[in-house]
Amino acid sequence: MAVYEHDVLVIGAGLAGMRAAIAAQQMGADVAMISKVHPVRSHSNAAQGGINGPGVGEDGGPWEEHAYETTKASDYLGDQDAIEVLAKEGGREVLQTEHWGVVYSRKPDGSMAVRRFGGMGKARTFFVGAITGQAILHVLYEQLMRPSVYKAMRNYEEWFVTSLIMDEGQCRGAVAMNIRTGELHAITAKATIVCTGGLGRVYEPSTNALICTGDGISLAYRAGAPIMDMEMVQIHPTSLKGSGVLITEGARGEGAYLLNKDGERFMTKYAPSMMELASRDVVSRAEQTEIDEGRGVDGCVFLDMRHLGEDLIKERLEEIYEIARDLVNIDIAKELLPILPGVHYIMGGVKTDVDGLTSIPGLYSAGEAACVSVHGANRVGANSLLDTLVFGRRAADHAWPWMQGKTFKPIPESVVEKDRAMIRGIMDRPTNGDRIAKIRRDMGMSMSANVGLFRTPERIQKQLDTLKELRARYEKVGVEDKGKVFNTDLLFHIELGYMLDCAEMITKSALERKESRGAHTRLDYPNRDDVNWLKHIVLTLQPDGSEKMTYQPVTITQWQPQERKY
Amino acid sequence: MKIKLKVKRTDPEKGTTGYSKYEIEAPESTTLLDALIQVREYEDGSLALRCSCRSAICGSCSMRVDGRARLACRAKIIALTRGDESHELSVEAMGNMPVIKDLVNDMESFWAKMRSVDPYLRPVGPEPEAEYRVPNETMIDLTHTMNCIMCGACVSDCTVLEVDKSFIAPAALAKAYRFAGDPRDGHTHDRLEKLSEAGGIWDCTRCNMCVEVCPKGVAPMNRILQMREMALEAGLTNNTGARHTNIFTKSITDGGRLNEIWMVPGSVGMFNLPRILTEMPGALKMARVGKLPFNQMIPPGMPGSHKMQGMDRVRNLIRKSASLKAPKPEVKD
Repeated sequence: MAVYEHDVLVIGAGLAGMRAAIAAQQMGADVAMISKVHPVRSHSNAAQGGINGPGVGEDGGPWEEHAYETTKASDYLGDQDAIEVLAKEGGREVLQTEHWGVVYSRKPDGSMAVRRFGGMGKARTFFVGAITGQAILHVLYEQLMRPSVYKAMRNYEEWFVTSLIMDEGQCRGAVAMNIRTGELHAITAKATIVCTGGLGRVYEPSTNALICTGDGISLAYRAGAPIMDMEMVQIHPTSLKGSGVLITEGARGEGAYLLNKDGERFMTKYAPSMMELASRDVVSRAEQTEIDEGRGVDGCVFLDMRHLGEDLIKERLEEIYEIARDLVNIDIAKELLPILPGVHYIMGGVKTDVDGLTSIPGLYSAGEAACVSVHGANRVGANSLLDTLVFGRRAADHAWPWMQGKTFKPIPESVVEKDRAMIRGIMDRPTNGDRIAKIRRDMGMSMSANVGLFRTPERIQKQLDTLKELRARYEKVGVEDKGKVFNTDLLFHIELGYMLDCAEMITKSALERKESRGAHTRLDYPNRDDVNWLKHIVLTLQPDGSEKMTYQPVTITQWQPQERKY
Repeated sequence: MKIKLKVKRTDPEKGTTGYSKYEIEAPESTTLLDALIQVREYEDGSLALRCSCRSAICGSCSMRVDGRARLACRAKIIALTRGDESHELSVEAMGNMPVIKDLVNDMESFWAKMRSVDPYLRPVGPEPEAEYRVPNETMIDLTHTMNCIMCGACVSDCTVLEVDKSFIAPAALAKAYRFAGDPRDGHTHDRLEKLSEAGGIWDCTRCNMCVEVCPKGVAPMNRILQMREMALEAGLTNNTGARHTNIFTKSITDGGRLNEIWMVPGSVGMFNLPRILTEMPGALKMARVGKLPFNQMIPPGMPGSHKMQGMDRVRNLIRKSASLKAPKPEVKD
């Protein structure tokens, strides 16, 4: 068995992972990054509209404004100490990416241009056309291609993590499969940072990429780390009819309207002052209400960009122009685009403090996989990229001094053998007519139907029963591909296990929270209840295999909860 | 709609290749990626391919369809078959890169070339406290290149790379432009100098294949041509490619036609005898069929060099074409 040792092991190579890796490398750590896809294939790519830049010049605005708007959008479930960190340090991160080479769009004087995003009182969102995430992701990868960095950093590219290594209450790295060989190895580390992104594929349809299967959240949960706010699933107002592909909020930021089948700008009824740029949960509920009450067409409402003009569309929304043309054959400069709410982002995740540290020494988390919580019950658009950079760096900043003086401990072969046995179990199982894809689809469709935008206790309970059945099917289903090299059939099997863990956590938390707050709408408890529910729901797997549900108070610094109006 | 696929399979463990045929039913809006996922999930779980975002942003799913590189998630079946349900689509991994399994390429050579162009911003002087002040037009121009999703389609179908593995190839050269054209970078001259060496910008044959197959409108060849112009303007003329361009231009502006006699010495260097000698067999062949007119013995630009009739009109044409810019290509699927 080859043994690999590193100071820092970053799991996931999206923006949070790469930012953490760069920071740790700059401080002199021996860093390794492990990812089931090549770093530039990561889903950070898909963030289109922009990144908020509190404190960057006049446009970024004072950090307090951004922090307040983030708190308000979170429906006061965000922890304000963490939100303050995000707002105070975010601007520096945005400027750092500009200095590294991100080609932010400019104003005539050459300074960075801003656009408006939902939930923000003013335009403070910096952007690169409609490819902001891609542009930043590629620039961070450019930094990793510097010869000095490339030679020093180990990149386990297309390796798949099967478990975290736990020893005496500490995390000491991960067991992972080299997808190219099918072999399992222990990668030991003094600090492990989980940056594996979200879990959108637990739902069907979803704006998320096929790789967003909640791996890290499940891995941390199985290792005993507390998982928080899992009932808070963001449903984005504008996903494309059919495939569910994301249409950026930047479109509305540039002035697009939302229309129902009568051509009415229905947001006048739901958010008269912020209109289309109200918070995402508000806009999604408004759309679904229009559709449910018969004012949609074919389960969709329309995004109207015709008045923006072809020049602006081609300069600032080119990606959207191409997606609409290629996927639904619509010219957005001339026609209405059918859209509907679509599952987009998990506000919850691995519970961390403001330094990305989980409750387990040596285990950190950042980005969408983590829950600091800066997003609370509803994330503001253009805050996800900011979150990845600020807390990716902070996790590395904390881990490096912490690990000084610590030494590697030999990892017994039995740690890897356990996962090998798990994989043998899957490979040796006979195929039984059922399929991984069928179970995954049944999970996704039932999650959307029962734990989606509008929730009732009956439906949530029904989903808990459905998940039990799905789990039973999962335990019996086998794989067709019996090979070792690039066996995606096997990977999908293991991923489905991660997804079922996440689905169960979402559903249990949704049943528990008896109020409506942010993205979580309970039809039987239509109002926010600050007396009983101004707190986080935390799930922890106990050493004996049982699960414990606890509560965590919300940290309030400056802003007392108020009624949320847009 | 009925979809017929013939997929080239590579089994790395047995060391064999072969073909699998699949027939599936799917709606008319189906993309090639949708079809392959349907095959993998419901017909044949052993089929290996990379895919993730389904919306042409992650760059995972490039492959060859009926002999041409395409991003599977951007390729509509109905467009590929022109609506002919009996058309069997032939699907295989990308070209110019080794195959790991089925539709999965080993892209290490792609990334090694990317790394060879120093693909990171290298500013000089102290960092500004705020952002760099740069024109929006420049940023938009660079954004077109940043649109590159590293899918490898252009490298797969590059005709130069097929015969010359040392060619840096379109994707990495487009990436190089993203820095050479960035006003924040402080090493434009060094970059262009390095790119003017063998394997670089002058080795492209302008076949246009990369422009045609790029699913994101990056048009790598046009970026290569832009860098050639930048290199010439920077005075980087001491290389075969630049000299070739210069003698070519000189020959046309001076005499109105290509001076075949002086082309080789003018390109490789007038005193580069060993190199000129290697071209002799070809030159003799040309002479035998009358392709080396002896009225062109005097080099272009020298007194008494050959001039064709109507030189004024030729010079007018040159002036006109010099003011034209290459149009941004439309993305075709």
